[in-house]
Amino acid sequence: MTGLFWAIAKTLIVVLAAPLMVGWVKWLKCRLQNRKGPPPWQPYRDLLRLSRKHVVLAETASPIFRMAPYIVFSVTILAVSTVPVITVQLPVAALADVIALVGFLALGRFFLSLAGMDVGTAFGGMGSSREVTISSLAEPALLMAFFTLAMNVSSTNLSTVISVLGQRDITLYPSLIFSSMGLVLVAIAETGRIPIDNPATHLELTMIHEAMILEYSGRHLALMEWAAMLKLTLYSLLIVNLIVPWGVALTLVTGDLVFAALIVTGKLLLWGALLAVSETIQAKMRLFRAPQFLGLAFILSLLGMMSHIILEVQ
Amino acid sequence: MNFVAATLVLPLAGVIILAFIGHRQSAKTVNLIISAATFVTALLLAIEVFRQGPILSVNKLFYIDGFNVYLILLNAFVGMTTAIFSGPYMEHEVAIGRVDDPRMRLYYSMYQGFLFTMLMALSTNNLGILWVSVEGATLATVLLVSLYRTHESIEAGWKYFIICGVGISQALFGTILVYFAAVKIIPGSEEGLLWTVLQQHAVRMDGGVMALAFVFLLVGYGTKVGLVPLHNWLPDAHSEGPTPMSAILSGLLLNIALYAVVRFKMLVDPALGDHLAGNLMMGFGMLSFSVAGLLLHRQYDVKRMFSYSSIEHMGLMTFAFGIGGPMATFGALLHMIVHSLTKSAIFITVGHATHLAGTQKMSEIRGLIRTQPFVGWGLLIGTCAIAGFPPFGVFTSEFLLFTATIKSYPWLAPPLVLGLSVAFAGLFRNLQPMVFGEPPAGQKPVVANMWPVFIHLALVLWLGISIPTVLAQWLNQATVMLVGKGVL
Amino acid sequence: MLIATLSLPEQVVLTLAALILLSSFLLLAQVRLDSLINIFALQGLLIFFATVLMAFIAGKYHLLISAALTLFLKVYFIPGQLRKLVIRLDIRREVEVIGNPMLIMLFAAALVLFSYYVALPIRELSLLSTRNTIAISLAVVLIGMLMVISRRKAVAQVVGFMSMENGLFFAAVVSTYGMPMVVELGIAFDVLVAAILFGVFFFHIRTEIGSLDTDRLNHLTEVEK
Repeated sequence: MTGLFWAIAKTLIVVLAAPLMVGWVKWLKCRLQNRKGPPPWQPYRDLLRLSRKHVVLAETASPIFRMAPYIVFSVTILAVSTVPVITVQLPVAALADVIALVGFLALGRFFLSLAGMDVGTAFGGMGSSREVTISSLAEPALLMAFFTLAMNVSSTNLSTVISVLGQRDITLYPSLIFSSMGLVLVAIAETGRIPIDNPATHLELTMIHEAMILEYSGRHLALMEWAAMLKLTLYSLLIVNLIVPWGVALTLVTGDLVFAALIVTGKLLLWGALLAVSETIQAKMRLFRAPQFLGLAFILSLLGMMSHIILEVQ
Repeated sequence: MNFVAATLVLPLAGVIILAFIGHRQSAKTVNLIISAATFVTALLLAIEVFRQGPILSVNKLFYIDGFNVYLILLNAFVGMTTAIFSGPYMEHEVAIGRVDDPRMRLYYSMYQGFLFTMLMALSTNNLGILWVSVEGATLATVLLVSLYRTHESIEAGWKYFIICGVGISQALFGTILVYFAAVKIIPGSEEGLLWTVLQQHAVRMDGGVMALAFVFLLVGYGTKVGLVPLHNWLPDAHSEGPTPMSAILSGLLLNIALYAVVRFKMLVDPALGDHLAGNLMMGFGMLSFSVAGLLLHRQYDVKRMFSYSSIEHMGLMTFAFGIGGPMATFGALLHMIVHSLTKSAIFITVGHATHLAGTQKMSEIRGLIRTQPFVGWGLLIGTCAIAGFPPFGVFTSEFLLFTATIKSYPWLAPPLVLGLSVAFAGLFRNLQPMVFGEPPAGQKPVVANMWPVFIHLALVLWLGISIPTVLAQWLNQATVMLVGKGVL
Repeated sequence: MLIATLSLPEQVVLTLAALILLSSFLLLAQVRLDSLINIFALQGLLIFFATVLMAFIAGKYHLLISAALTLFLKVYFIPGQLRKLVIRLDIRREVEVIGNPMLIMLFAAALVLFSYYVALPIRELSLLSTRNTIAISLAVVLIGMLMVISRRKAVAQVVGFMSMENGLFFAAVVSTYGMPMVVELGIAFDVLVAAILFGVFFFHIRTEIGSLDTDRLNHLTEVEK
């Protein structure tokens, strides 16, 4: 029973804290650019404001357009619920398969792309096609990185991966180094950060994610934005818990859980800071160079897998 | 031992001396004197080996046995006769403005440098130094191939550099693998690359590693031998460089690369126990002489045509070594000598012929025998010799090869004969008009010293009719080392 | 897991080997000449560190001499010469068009797998802790060869050739603790002479043809004119 309680609690906390993550990154970026910037809880105010506004639907919108925000939001929540955040001992641990996770995200992306094309505007279609191109290149890299991890611990279950890696002696695994680098690059691409996509752009021709949700308004837009924030938090959790697995509780003891929560929060804040710095020092790449970026991610993940086979196994 | 050192030190001194005085009138004489002195020391070395048997130097770095002593002698001899030819030839080239002073210094000093690296490759006992010397020989000749600095010669030089460089790197990997296999069973790691030590322990070396090593070595050194499909650099490099370069590249360097392959084969065969090395060599050899024979027909440049003939003959030799068996091996070893002598003689004659006609294109060279009979006869007899006419030595070695093929692989005899005939036809088809055609108006004889050519051809004739006992014994010793039993 | 049983220096050697392989891939993808030379120098530096670590792990201190030689040649001299040449030949800003880089990368990955299979019998026999890296060294050699084949600019071909030599040196170090000193010195001398000759050759090509694009070296063919 406590397991189920903690599972639901964890999901709720992550869902509610996701805007704070995005706000923290944005606040840091502003500070780094010598601006005062909005406070870190600004995204909450944005979401509240949007949810109170009137929904404006185009005449050409189909039912998919109206359903998509709810589908995308719920699928992302489902994905978040499977990822171990502060403990690996949850009843949903059996569900936490990396392949299933990739599948959930793909489902969300599918409906998001459909919604972008649904109304028939030029920008929406452009955004959808760009999104699909980038994901088709990013997914192999993501899967390759996950498979390397899986081969290392002989299981595709995220909870098993984190608990096994966290309990091993400190060893230098070239395969994990490479697949972590690949995972980070893929995360940047999938969550639409610089250098693939600028989340703060107002120029439609440079948009990828924003272009797909351009036609949304009111509570639909609030849900879509929230889903995007959740996706960033999800990838951040994956990165900090897989690359630095120490600190995730192995039991359901309350003391352990509180300690783990503090460590995870610290890791997320640190990762947010790194993300902010990296976004500040880089510029957005031309879209034609995005395949090269993702090609690099794929090569890194592939090298990780080959390092594992060649260097690490008897 | 002193003679080995002398044979090596002389060309090395030549490199340094000629780097300074190579542009002077006296350079060609100095070059000739050094080459002649090298030949004399090589002769003395050969006599010592004849009296005492194989020589192993004190530090075990040099080893002269029945296999490389006659090759060293051959090397020094051809180096000397080509130096005789090269003197007036390069003077003519300077006179018509194709080469200037600094390049002449480069030419003469690298000529000796080339001879030095080749002699080092032949006399060393250390397989790693063998690699270093063969690579050194490539490096010494790269700038000589592109000596004329035309577009074509620079292209030829670049192709030569890159293709041979990449190929030889594979050979280094093969050498590392051989060392790896050796270190497993030989206690002292410093001795792991010494051929004499490896030959004693060859049976115990791991078959899998040695097979892999041989593949790399065959591909690597085979690039320098000119085996198809790694031969692309050869026609360009041999035709674009100055003719003395073509003579020694064709005559000597190809032999040395093949020598390296065969030395390794002597280690690989006992380690493997089966016929893998031989089969690989047969395959490459057969491919080489078939393709080269066909491509011979398409050539329009006389030096390119004879380069393809070199590829064909190296293919024949590789094929013969691959068949194994005493007769084929003896034939191949003899072929190494006679091909070297004949091909260098041909290139010397071709050098005079191109001076005579002013061009390398076969369609524009006519009536050599009428304008300058010695050159015409030299070319005619040389081509007869290389095509395999009896009683020249090439016929003897090809006949031995043919007999061995019929005995061991009768179904390969038709392709062998076909390849030989196709090359024969190609050579004579192109040769006929060059030698016997109507000479163009105004063609005058040039100053040509044909003595080197006739000496070479006389030697080839001698070797075809009756091989001197001492040489036959050395060839037999090498055959025994390779296949376990000799012909005599 | 084998790697968990090794000591920390040995793990670092394996990680360095993986980074060397990464540098080979990066070399294939570089379009600009100065970043190409820098990554080549980085590869040499990684090999230097790996050799030094091997020397201390195995107690074979003669490897330190080879390592110093590699440091001088492959990290300082050859990249330095190439940079000077690039400036003197005035090709610093030239960018090379690589046809289909992803295909070349995938082919390079296939070469890595091929090297792995080729090197399996060697791995069985070796007793060294770094026996797994023999496949990596062969892969570096083959990827260097791929680079020579796939590039058009002469400088890029030379970098590929030198990267092959890097791989060969690394192969000698990880399979047999280096070759005998005499041979190592000979090989280093050959590489040095080759580098100098390449430099001289670039000027000849440039003077005669006007550019360092080897696609223009196409006059000698089998096709009759």
